[in-house]
Amino acid sequence: MPYETDYTNQGFSKVGTRVNRPDGVDKVTGRAKYGADANAAGQLVGRILRSPHAHALITKIDTSKAEKLPGVKAVLTGKDFPDLTGGDRGMMNILENCMARGRALYDGHAVAAVAAIDADTANEALKLIKVTYKQLPHVTDVDEAMKPSAPIIHDWVRTTGVTPAPTTASNVAQRTEFGHGDIDAGFAQADVIIEKSFKTEQTHQGYIEPHACLATLGPDGSGELWVTTQGHFTFRNVCASLLGLDVAKLRVTASEIGGGFGGKTHVWTEPVALQLSRRANRPVKLVMSRDEVFKATGPTSSTSVDVKIGAKRNGKITAASAELRYQSGAFPGMWAMLGAMTSFACYDLKNVKSVGFDVLVNRPKVAAYRAPSAPMAAFAVESVVDMVAAELGMDAVEFRIKNAAKKGTKASYGPVYGPIGIGPTLEAVKNHPHMKRKLGKNQGRGVACGFWFNFGGQTCTDLNIGVDGSVNLTVGTVDVGGSRASLALIAAEELGIDYEQVRVTIGDTNSLGHNDTTEGSRGTFSSGMAAIFAARDAVEVLKQRAAATWGIPVEQVVWEAGEARAKGKQNNNLPPLSLKEIAAKSPRTGGPIAGHNEVVADGAGVSFASHMCDVEVDPETGATKILRYTVVQDAGKAIHPDYVEGQFQGGAAQGIGWALNEEYVYGDDGRLQNAGFLDYRIPVCSDLPFIDTQILEIPNPNHPYGVRGVGETSIVPPLAAIGNAVSNAVGVRMDHVPMSPPRILKAIEAAQG
Amino acid sequence: MQVQLSGILSQAAGGARCVDCAGATIGELLQALLLKYPEMQSHLDDGIAVAINGEIYRDRRDQPIPANADVFLLPRIQGG
Amino acid sequence: MNGVTVSAKVNGDAVQYVCPPDESLLDVLRNRLNLTGVKEGCGTGDCGACSITLDGRLVCSCLVLGAEAEGREIGTVEGLSEGGKLHTLQEQFIEKAALQCGICTPGFLVAAKVLLERNSNPSEEEIRYALAGNLCRCTGYDKIVRAVQSSAKIMRRGKKASR
Ligand code: FES
Ligand code: FES
Repeated sequence: MPYETDYTNQGFSKVGTRVNRPDGVDKVTGRAKYGADANAAGQLVGRILRSPHAHALITKIDTSKAEKLPGVKAVLTGKDFPDLTGGDRGMMNILENCMARGRALYDGHAVAAVAAIDADTANEALKLIKVTYKQLPHVTDVDEAMKPSAPIIHDWVRTTGVTPAPTTASNVAQRTEFGHGDIDAGFAQADVIIEKSFKTEQTHQGYIEPHACLATLGPDGSGELWVTTQGHFTFRNVCASLLGLDVAKLRVTASEIGGGFGGKTHVWTEPVALQLSRRANRPVKLVMSRDEVFKATGPTSSTSVDVKIGAKRNGKITAASAELRYQSGAFPGMWAMLGAMTSFACYDLKNVKSVGFDVLVNRPKVAAYRAPSAPMAAFAVESVVDMVAAELGMDAVEFRIKNAAKKGTKASYGPVYGPIGIGPTLEAVKNHPHMKRKLGKNQGRGVACGFWFNFGGQTCTDLNIGVDGSVNLTVGTVDVGGSRASLALIAAEELGIDYEQVRVTIGDTNSLGHNDTTEGSRGTFSSGMAAIFAARDAVEVLKQRAAATWGIPVEQVVWEAGEARAKGKQNNNLPPLSLKEIAAKSPRTGGPIAGHNEVVADGAGVSFASHMCDVEVDPETGATKILRYTVVQDAGKAIHPDYVEGQFQGGAAQGIGWALNEEYVYGDDGRLQNAGFLDYRIPVCSDLPFIDTQILEIPNPNHPYGVRGVGETSIVPPLAAIGNAVSNAVGVRMDHVPMSPPRILKAIEAAQG
Repeated sequence: MQVQLSGILSQAAGGARCVDCAGATIGELLQALLLKYPEMQSHLDDGIAVAINGEIYRDRRDQPIPANADVFLLPRIQGG
Repeated sequence: MNGVTVSAKVNGDAVQYVCPPDESLLDVLRNRLNLTGVKEGCGTGDCGACSITLDGRLVCSCLVLGAEAEGREIGTVEGLSEGGKLHTLQEQFIEKAALQCGICTPGFLVAAKVLLERNSNPSEEEIRYALAGNLCRCTGYDKIVRAVQSSAKIMRRGKKASR
């Protein structure tokens, strides 16, 4: 049955409370099972051999010695993955990234795989595989890769988005353009114009749990996959299609997930593990090492961005433009496009243009990382916004408020905004006590804004009521950060029962209809919406059972406060029937009581955040300390405030790491030099202060409770907020992220001449 | 109704940033657009998102389009 | 395989296992003793997900050999709660929403327990430095530090009451 998705402004008794999460005990006792925690009888250990070269032809792979090693049960190379893609280039890119096909495209690209009875044997077998490489010229820098002289990564890539369509290969896979108005006319009106170029380095999502799976695939084409993933349904579809399996015959179960942030939306080793299992006809467990995670999975783009903003003396921006160059690794992506779309989304601009170039390099295939591509664009734009404000002699927050987008603004990426929260977050910043704290020597304050889209997507849930009145809600989105608690609150709210009566289960792919990947901040938004509707579905059944019990028409029954009540004078003598009572009688009134819903939960509502940050920079060492950090973000409606705050704080911390420390370092040989947590340093507990949060609730008109996605936006402002703070502290504009101590020292020295 | 096309989609419409097209729902609109501009097929395959009065719809083809709505077509986007 | 036979105590119980001389204690705990609450995030001593106690001292089990545990007392997250009662730290981690994905939680709990055994009233800074060997990518550490602070308070009160 279709339900209205519009916001209704209803009151809440459960939603918005800070209950304990239902999976808490499992997770504090070590019982919760993550990707690497499952085992099967007779399982083999899978391992992958990876290219040591940035770019090389694979002229020969001799696996004969490895195959003869006792205990080795399967050895695979690219030729063991026949092309079943039917000419679908996108699928072929996924397959080729899982296993090289004649050419290694980056340091860490998979070239062969083995399955053996134990880890020692598997490692031994990898050593016995002889790969003959012919090294090719490589390129890892985004600007270098765009030069005509750069080695070409794929000879089939023609730049799309330019006319006339090019006839020769290029590393620029796509040019995209967004904007409106006339920027030349706009700049001509400006009293002040600032133009500057910025660079950001490549970072990794850095989830603490490496990719892991347990794959079982029989010769009959039926299989099971236990895997740590953000989207088990998507993994099922992709694996089935790459390996030529029936979708229904591959059951994928999502393990507990030890962090994803976008990096677990893509398959990496899973098709390989399944193929190994099919070959050996035994279960294969394949767990990546940390080194492999860094080298071969999901980093974000490194970028190079030019921004130009012009404004009048009165503080109104007259024109803004940006050119954004994002590398997408060895396969085409849409990352520069997202950067171009989000770059100016916070502002109300008459004349705006942003152009994105997606560029191929010899680095791992770029994956989504929390509000993908937006942080780098925001770093460049929000830095220039600060510079323009300074040039005008205006307060940076006032300048932003003056130019902030609002309802009715034509967004820089095209559409016209509905009700949005950028203005309110900036007002909150202006009035926040954080802004009044005194700063000392070598200290600086920075403010920045951020935007992200948020998605909904295909969603399917089941709600089953037990005879004792307890409720099981089965959802198909994974719990990346407490969503079980939020969804249980929602079901309890709708049914009018205690939160503790609801248990939320993540269903496997054979127990529910398709659910899109848990990405784009959609988990609580879309499964929440489906949970509301599934509960309302069940309420209809509960009302019918009550009506039948009473022998009155169902129209005379309403559902209030967790019980069926008979309406009308003639029914005065009928005492209400609670959910528990109706459930207890259900075996004799028509059988089990359930609700079900499938929905395409579009309309997740764009979201905005503004961050404040105070830093102190040691002028001797260039080291930056975060003194205070405050996040203000619009959540629409916070279902479980603890976990909304958690998303705000986690995103900010990731942004802080990105801004100050994290970066992929490639040598001249094109090899990654810091593939471990020792040299790729993410923030530790002693690096950070408490991260203050303020949740704004500007209801999303497209969700019954007003919920917006909250997971991603918090990583967008930090690079810029810290960039502005550091620049204010040292008196030099920082233009290269991460602002590591050597870079800060260099900038200070350069300014001093 | 006037339908606005973002950069990369406008190429499939011969460079037009704004085209005239009718449809009571997203599905109908996209179908009409495809009839008019067969080159849209590849973008439809990659996925097109439709913004109606600022709200982005990626999947719901039965979403009604109100009269006088601001309609903007974008490439389908991905999140983390 | 030239196995080494090892007798040790895990969470108070005597265990015996055979492992290759170069196998890490982490692999022994996870793969031979089925204590998968001990997590592997890096295998190189950089993330703390594999934190355990060895004779009461906090160590990364990925940096210890299984063979080295002979005659020693091992403590893992599985041994934190007593009977049906969760440890105060476990309760407070849930109460204060100190975990999102939860993969780092076992390591943090073990590290925090060792801290509070040595220092019943740590300052915020002491907590932050004591936990600096444990990586968490989800929370920004805010709620983790708060959970340890409130645990310390509760445990101090408990001690006073039982005196
Ligand atoms: S697994 Fe031992 S410190 Fe990371
Ligand atoms: S809760 Fe996910 S790493 Fe700490």
